Amino acid sequence: MTDTLLRFEDVSKAFFGVTVLKGVSLEVERGTVLGLVGENGAGKSTLMNILGGVVRLDSGQLLLDGNPYDPAAPSDADRAGIAFIHQELNLFTNMSIAENLFISDFPKRRGLPLVDRGRMRERARECLAMVDLDVSPEVLVERLTPGERQLVEVAKALSVDARILIFDEPTTSLTARETERLFEIIGRLKESGKTILYISHILRDIMQLADAIAVLRDGALVAHGPKASYTVSSMIAAMVGRDLKQLYPDRTSSPGTEVALEVRQLSKAGIAERIDLALHKGEVLGVFGLMGSGRSELARIIFGLDEFDEGEVRIDGQPVKKLSPTRNIRNGMAFVTENRREEGLLMEATVADNLSLAALPAFSSRLARAIRSKSLATAVSGSVEALSIKVNDAFHDEAKGLSGGNQQKVVLGKWLMTKPSILIIDEPTRGVDVGAKFEIYEIIDGIAAKGTAVLFISSEIEELVGMCDRIVVMGTGETLATFDRAQFDREALLRSAFREHVA
Amino acid sequence: MTALAQEPTPAIRLRALGRRLLMSEYLILYLCIALFGLLFLIEPKTASPYNIKNLLSNIWPLLVVAIGQTFVLIIAGIDLSQGSVISVTSVLGAAFIAQSANPIIFSKSPLWGSLLSEGGGVLNGSPLGIPVALAVMLVVGLAIGAFNGIAVAFWRIPAFMVTLVTSMFFGAFAILLAKSENIIDLPDSFSAIGDSFGINGALQFLSIAMFIALGLAVIAHFILRRTVFGRWLYGIGTNGRAAVVSGVPVRKVIVLTYMFSGFCAALASIIYTSRVQQGRPTLGEPFLLDIIAAVVIGGTSLAGGRGKILWTIFGVIFLTLLSNALSLLNVAYFYVAIVKGSVILFAALIDVARRRIALQAV
Repeated sequence: MTDTLLRFEDVSKAFFGVTVLKGVSLEVERGTVLGLVGENGAGKSTLMNILGGVVRLDSGQLLLDGNPYDPAAPSDADRAGIAFIHQELNLFTNMSIAENLFISDFPKRRGLPLVDRGRMRERARECLAMVDLDVSPEVLVERLTPGERQLVEVAKALSVDARILIFDEPTTSLTARETERLFEIIGRLKESGKTILYISHILRDIMQLADAIAVLRDGALVAHGPKASYTVSSMIAAMVGRDLKQLYPDRTSSPGTEVALEVRQLSKAGIAERIDLALHKGEVLGVFGLMGSGRSELARIIFGLDEFDEGEVRIDGQPVKKLSPTRNIRNGMAFVTENRREEGLLMEATVADNLSLAALPAFSSRLARAIRSKSLATAVSGSVEALSIKVNDAFHDEAKGLSGGNQQKVVLGKWLMTKPSILIIDEPTRGVDVGAKFEIYEIIDGIAAKGTAVLFISSEIEELVGMCDRIVVMGTGETLATFDRAQFDREALLRSAFREHVA
Repeated sequence: MTALAQEPTPAIRLRALGRRLLMSEYLILYLCIALFGLLFLIEPKTASPYNIKNLLSNIWPLLVVAIGQTFVLIIAGIDLSQGSVISVTSVLGAAFIAQSANPIIFSKSPLWGSLLSEGGGVLNGSPLGIPVALAVMLVVGLAIGAFNGIAVAFWRIPAFMVTLVTSMFFGAFAILLAKSENIIDLPDSFSAIGDSFGINGALQFLSIAMFIALGLAVIAHFILRRTVFGRWLYGIGTNGRAAVVSGVPVRKVIVLTYMFSGFCAALASIIYTSRVQQGRPTLGEPFLLDIIAAVVIGGTSLAGGRGKILWTIFGVIFLTLLSNALSLLNVAYFYVAIVKGSVILFAALIDVARRRIALQAV
């Protein structure tokens, strides 16, 4: 006996003549979790935006409890009991939790346009209890961790008594423990009869959470069924429309013996403790660590973005007196930061301007530092082609219009134009779909094969095991263990990150 | 299907033309031409050689100082101190070269006895007088700009705050130095900078000020479009953090940009001072809003990352034309401010409309 709560019937949508959804029909059972997967641009977000009243469908219809449902605005979705928990959280960080929960509908004193703060606090406390968040409703949101903020979003959905909750990539900025907690709460919500739509690139999470799985590809529903009929690899096959025989390229080279970058006894109070590291030419050295292990902080110190207290960094055997990005780049270093939106790209600038930013000095004349435009343009076009960046006109289109994978390729391309001898990459495949991930791995392999030393920082064990020659495990600012390729073992790596001794 | 059906209707064509016009870089130039034409119809004196000469002599110094402001806006900053730089350098420059000074007025000035005395400025009559005065003005402009830049880049005070403070400080300082009086009686050779080369014929439209302004515009255009420094400015204005990570020496570039802005203000002060033939402690005060308005009307974004010298040239011409129109039509001062305010609002609306169309086009 099935109990269908929500039904998409032949839903289609096009933007500016480009079809993004073609005839999607899908049913969602009451009180279940539906995992929605697909590559970036497959139409997941558009489908959810139609449900949330953000965009309107061109043809087809939605049925909610058997009745036609056609939201014209997000407020219609609110009224129908549909809550959208966005990837980029929509909270006012300068306001308290309670104020955020009731921002659209403050409890009022009877008949007066005055906020009833007492009642607001009380109701906020109830909502927070439902998500196990043991924090005062008076606390400002800016003081919460990303995980806690996510829970506040969930509480907000519960405060309006939503029946359907949509989660769009909720775990990208959460720690492992916060993720676990979120999953626990999602499980509880399901038991209490809520229906959940869960979008994610992390297929393991989908396998853990979902009752049913739907796969979108190029705007069409290509697979839909109970979880039991899927494996991670069959999901991937459905997503990309071909069998990805391998997720990682064969490493084509082996590391050299010359040390390109050496870190000696690097310390910074509370961040790093006597870290030693040697990175060889042509080597891909993985740095694995959990959130807060100091992995990204170490990279920032090496690149000269953050200060340090003691220790030494050597490039090609020469100690570097003062670290700064400008100097390091001159010494052949490059750094792909973990947050491409904030520190990687000039979103409102053209792809060409982004690609050339770091290499500009190399393309300038001595006199007045005038740019040699022709050779720069040639290099930019070459790099667009070499990295197969999908863009119509690199000299005209802005970076913000590209998909996540292509944006990341632009960041990589920017650094490759400086011809680096040392490349530090921090979470290079975050928010990147499966197909583009493989391309990025291939690029990394190609760079290493040319002799560049690569420091590969990641929180995904899989990709480190797939790509690295060695892996260093970090925890609370210390290096805990080093594994050679022959010793790679998922479990051993994770145990050592959690500081459990391998038996 | 007839051929007629495919022919766009006049209404559609008109809309497409309107769109093209709105999106054109030359929109403000077209508006300048339209405004000039309209004025000519209402008041034929507009096109008289005397008025054209007057227009040009107002355009050159405004263009010089607006070029500096353009650079600062591109890095998402703002320089409110340019007006005060004009005032304080005007007083200082004049104090070097005045041919006489009235002790009744100036004996209480802090400059009395050092720069100014009964015999005029300290370098009155010396062949080095004018070169030294000009150099001092430019150096003071650079120094105030350097202070602004250091406070913004190294002490991390918001540009609005820093330059508001330097604006108040040096605005008051200029008045203090000159005891609220104008330093008059400057040598004729100094006045020549702002004067046109002839009284009639083509020569009357040419001046040293014109060569200074156009030369600066060409150099500034070259810097923005063709040098590493120029590309860095746009990078910093679009995303300062990404610029730091990409190896742009952001703090150094910020300091240099504010120095350039101060330099441009001092250069404009030379032209203005020469035109009014006196060191005036309130010389720059009325210009500050005109400067920012001209740059923004041209299309340079207050949010940083977008701006061109060509746009600023159009904006300066438009604003000067507008002021000229209002004075030709004998409009009272308060109406002038109201009209200018409306025009700035209009410019902001155009900017919003352009962005919306650009987004739709994607």
